[in-house]
Amino acid sequence: MAALKDIKRKITAVSKTKQITKAMNMVAASKFKAAQMRMENFRPYASKFMDVLNSLALRVSPETHPLLAVREPKKIRVICMTSDRGLCGGFNTNLIKATERFMAAKVKEGKEVALIPVGRKGRDYFRKKATIMNERADVFGKFDISLAVQVAKDIIPPFVKEEYDELYLIFNEFRNISVQRPIVVRLFPLPSIGQDEDVDPDKRVDYIYEPSDEQLLDQLLPMYVRVLIFRALVETSAGENGSRMAAMDNATRNCEDMIGSLSLKYNKARQSAITAELMDIVGGTEALAKG
Amino acid sequence: MADELMLEIVTPEKMAFNGNVEEVTVPGSEGEFGVLRGHASLLSSVDVGELNFTKDGKKTYYAISTGYAEVTSSKVTILVETAERSDMIDKERAKRARDIAESRVNKLSKEDDEFDAAKAALVRATIRLNVAEKG
Repeated sequence: MAALKDIKRKITAVSKTKQITKAMNMVAASKFKAAQMRMENFRPYASKFMDVLNSLALRVSPETHPLLAVREPKKIRVICMTSDRGLCGGFNTNLIKATERFMAAKVKEGKEVALIPVGRKGRDYFRKKATIMNERADVFGKFDISLAVQVAKDIIPPFVKEEYDELYLIFNEFRNISVQRPIVVRLFPLPSIGQDEDVDPDKRVDYIYEPSDEQLLDQLLPMYVRVLIFRALVETSAGENGSRMAAMDNATRNCEDMIGSLSLKYNKARQSAITAELMDIVGGTEALAKG
Repeated sequence: MADELMLEIVTPEKMAFNGNVEEVTVPGSEGEFGVLRGHASLLSSVDVGELNFTKDGKKTYYAISTGYAEVTSSKVTILVETAERSDMIDKERAKRARDIAESRVNKLSKEDDEFDAAKAALVRATIRLNVAEKG
């Protein structure tokens, strides 16, 4: 009865896997809730920040700021923001593919491309494939604004010193729990701010600026960079856990299906084993009776 | 009350404070300034420092980091990257953090690339400790 035993063993194995995927699903769900909350909490900060930045940009022409300096893009850096852990469906794969495509296109144009990976998955993938700098791995477990501050510190001074000419940020934009899309955002030179947005003239307040408006813009623009990075970080973390939730939910369901079909197989095998045994006995008694 | 002022302290993580107060003192980068209702509209950057406000005659202290303050006649919005209320800071840990920062500054020479960063860390740690002791 080896077949019976094998099936039984398989059923046990699959149901253990199911337990794990189910637990992972629940962990991801609670992490997702926390991440989503962070996203919600960040929104008022970001929107207030943009209001002020826009109203400031209307007063001072920001073109002169070094972070907005447009140069002929020869050297390009790309931030690729992935999660640290796997088992979250196509979340990282899609992003890495998008990054590769983007980089390949830029290399084809004859540009020098370097990669700044944030998150371990991207770092591991690109380690031997691309020029890597300022990597940050294993950061998503517990992060706050200081992570964005650190990343900003890695990228702002070299840009001002003209060590590179353009910077792109590639991350998974969080659409909703089941939809995350890789998007490419140009960080440097910063896209011009506030020009085309018509700010309601009634809402425009003539502020006293302290220090002067130019100096204030000087301080606000690096903050703006940190806001953009932090937004990408929280969206990545929410997306990762949302994606893992969906992936683990699928896996749990697949386990259930497998257990179902294996049980059917097991019962069929058991029944045929019993029938075979009965046939043996019946055959035996008949032979005895004849004898 | 007519002489109250709306105060919002917003950080990327959460709304740290939202309510009516009588007076706010903000560590502006050009020097500390106090705000009462009816203040002229002002936009100022804010340095690492101590922010306090008076509500019902009682003072509350916050240790905040860089950002800016937007003041209108009836509302003050503080956007900073971190804000901690005095009673939320662990005094022991703050003290240890300051000691570590201090020894780092002492070890580094002025020409070191990290000197400025260490110095800034020391300033932050000192302010946190000061604020914690007021709580």
